Order: sequence, then C-alpha cells, then structure tokens
Amino acid sequence: MSMIEFKNVEKYYGDFHALKNVNLKIDEGETVVLIGPSGSGKSTLIRTVNGLEEIEEGQLLVNGFDLHDPKTDMNRIRKNVGMVFQHFNLYDNKTTLENVMLAPRLVLKRDEAENKKLAMELLEKVGLADKAANMPSELSGGQKQRAAIARSLAMQPKALLFDEPTSALDPEMIGDVLDVMRDIAKDSAMTMLVVTHEMSFAKAVADRVIFMAEGQILEDSTTKEFFEKPKEVRAQKFLSQVEHH
Amino acid sequence: MALLQNNFPTFLQGFGYTLLSSIIALIGSMILGTGFAIMQILPQKWAQVIGNVYVQVFRNIPLLIITFFFFLVVSKYVKMSGFTSGTVALMLYTSAFIAETVRAGILSVDGGQMEGARANGLSFAQAMQHIILPQAFRIALPSLGNQFINLVKNSSILAFVGGLDLMYQGNMVAANTFDTFSTYIIVAIFYLILTLPLSYYIQHLEHKLKRAL
Ligand SMILES: Nc1ncnc2c1ncn2[C@@H]1O[C@H](COP(=O)(O)OP(=O)(O)O)[C@@H](O)[C@H]1O
Ligand SMILES: [Mg+2]
Repeated sequence: MSMIEFKNVEKYYGDFHALKNVNLKIDEGETVVLIGPSGSGKSTLIRTVNGLEEIEEGQLLVNGFDLHDPKTDMNRIRKNVGMVFQHFNLYDNKTTLENVMLAPRLVLKRDEAENKKLAMELLEKVGLADKAANMPSELSGGQKQRAAIARSLAMQPKALLFDEPTSALDPEMIGDVLDVMRDIAKDSAMTMLVVTHEMSFAKAVADRVIFMAEGQILEDSTTKEFFEKPKEVRAQKFLSQVEHH
Repeated sequence: MALLQNNFPTFLQGFGYTLLSSIIALIGSMILGTGFAIMQILPQKWAQVIGNVYVQVFRNIPLLIITFFFFLVVSKYVKMSGFTSGTVALMLYTSAFIAETVRAGILSVDGGQMEGARANGLSFAQAMQHIILPQAFRIALPSLGNQFINLVKNSSILAFVGGLDLMYQGNMVAANTFDTFSTYIIVAIFYLILTLPLSYYIQHLEHKLKRAL
C-alpha cells in the first residue's frame, strides 16, 4: 500500500510556481532520498506531506487521507507523520526528556510512566540518555538533532520526513546522526522521505532516489540505477558536483 | 506619625482596596491581553481585526475616560460600584498594553518552535500553551513588569469614582486633617509597599529564567 502519493500536485507561493505537476508514490516501509539543487523545491515538497505547506491543485494522499480535502484532520495526519528539520526546532523551554515526552502526553494521552520509559529508551537508542535533564541550549548540534529524532520517534509514526537533517551540523557530528537514521531505516515498517546531500547515506540506505529541479521531479529511479547512471543530464551534473565536494 | 496612627484603619482599608483592585485587574488584563495578542496573530483576518481594534481603542483613550464611561454610562444598565467601574476600566486599559507586549513576545519566538510543535502533532492551542507562550512571556517579562507597576499606580483612578482605594482614602484624610503633605507622603509609602516588592520579584524572575535558558 502506498503511504504517500502525489497526483498532479501543483503548489504556488503567490505567483511563484514551486511544485509543478508532481507525481510520486512512496510505499509503506520504503526509504526514499530526495535530492536536487538549492531552491528546486525539495523542502516545499516534503513540507506538503505533513501539511506545513498547502497545495493548490491535485491530490496528496498520506496514509489514505487526502490533504487537499478541507475535511481532512491535519492533526490526525501529523500523529502518523513525523518530521526532522535542518535546524532541529527542539522546544527551547523544555528539557531533552520533556521534548520527547510532551507530544505523546498531550496528543496520544500516553500513560505517564510508560511515556517516560519509552522516552528514556529512545534517548538511550540515540545516545542521549545522559542528556535527558539538559536543556536544548546545552546540547551540541548533533545531539540536538538526535534528540529531535527521538522526539519524532516517540509518536511512533508510520512515516518520517527529514529535511536536510545534517546540513547545519559540523562535519564531525554528521556521522552519529546518519547512524541513527540508518537504524530507523532498518525498521522495515517505517516509511522515510529524506532530503539530503549525503550521497553515501543515499547509496547505503535508500531504496529509491528522486531528483528535483525547478519544482519538477526529473528523475525517479532505484538507488542502484541512479548512482550507476542517472538518466537525466542535469542529475548527472548535480551528482558530479556533490560527489566532488 | 500621629496622623498615621489616628487614621490607620482608613489607610489600611484604602491599601486593601488598592491591592484587591490591582490583583483583579492584573489577572484579568493578563488573560484578556494574552487572548487579544493571540487573536492578532491568528491567520483569520476577522480575528486580527477584532484584536487590533480592541487594542487601539483601549490603548488610545485616557484611563479616566474609560473609568467614567463605566461609572456614568454602563452603570445605568448594569449596576456597579465605583470600585467595580474603576477596576474593570483599569483591567481593559492595561490589557491593551499587555496585548501589545505579549504579541511582540510571541513574534520574537523563533518560527521553528511552532513548526516543530505542529509537526510533532500538537494542535495550535497546545503549541501556544506549552511552547510559544512560555517563551513569549519570558521575553516579554521586563516590559510586563513595567505594565504591572503602572497598573498598581493607575489604580489611583478609583479615587475619582469613589472607589475606596488608597488615593481615595488619602484624599479623605487630607480633607479632614488639612495636613496634605504628610498624608500624601504616607499614601506614597503605601504605594511603594506594593510596587517595590513587585519590582524586585520581577527582577528576581528575570534572573531565574535567564539561568534556566
Ligand atoms: N514561504 C515561501 N514564500 C515564497 N517563496 C518560497 C517560500 N518557500 C520557498 N519559496 C521558494 O520556493 C522555491 C523552492 O524552495 P525550497 O522548497 O525551499 O527549495 P529547496 O529546499 O530545494 O532548497 C525557492 O525558489 C524559494 O525561494
Ligand atoms: Mg530546503
């Protein structure tokens, strides 16, 4: 069953045509990497999936619900679709542990003892158990991002969106975050859509690679196909640029 | 000193009414001010307009006029004492300033906080309550403190409508004893008893919250 499905989706910012006739299907459990030059609409596309951006035309089905239908309850979608941001967006007024526990408590009404147990397990998993009581301002960038991933996982979502999760990190922090993401991708039930410039991650983890430019999906290939020989000239160019970086 | 001793119950009563009026107006204006601040940042145009009109109206009319409006006009339809008229006016007037302060606080919270919260599954209201407003209040605390102190001082407006407050009782004592100077010194000291601890408490909170961040 497809978890995310774009059907002829158009998105505008005022007069600016940000997504052009996007068609895309991502099955449950798939890990898809989305690449493309800056300004090509990667963030826009990924943000439509949990309703942070509205679409103007077409259909966008997430977990069976059409986001373009005004009757769709966006909060219900977001319960099932987590998101990890470039700049973490941790709750600055909450400890690491509270960051992880807040949404399950408020939204899922998870029992407090169970919530805490699960949150600590997740912090353990991302290597932050010893930072549970710290405020976000006391964490390094890499730690913040791992805390943000734990926060998303605590909702036990069906899908996770990552928008350049390592782009704001110092190089030595990137590995730990990618390791955590790799672990999540191993969970066969989790659907992942990842915007990243980390080609080694894409090669190792992605089932498919999607290449975007100027608001359009230019290529949608299996990872193997894509890295052996991209069909699109622009994708080839882009690849050689990021790989020699 | 004799003046204070002889009129102590009067001053004390005034002090009590000033304190009561201040507390009611403070709580009320925080609730109203926060509500109208949120209305101004909602995406719905009508909410923005209501919030904006409310703030502009109450911020740009002298407190005395608002007080007289309640005491002389509204009280014809809804029975209310001078104390009530003055306190309600003080609450509405202050809430307009608090709305502006809180709105500025909300706007200076990083937009990523709301996005993070919504993406995490929180509703707009939950995000406001647990994430945005606590940070906005912290940012706004110094100027909220100023509003609170102004509120206590502005409660002297009650004296104009027989509100039984500190200023009102001071006027009474001054009229009876003809010792205007000493009377108002005593009144001023009673105001300081309210405002100084409030000032220090706000400063203390600022320091505490700065460390928590
Ligand atoms: N909120 C917005 N308002 C107007 N234009 C926007 C907005 N967000 C993005 N854009 C524009 O849409 C295009 C795609 O942006 P984005 O999706 O952020 O690209 P990417 O993530 O691939 O770098 C860019 O030209 C950008 O300037
Ligand atoms: Mg982007």
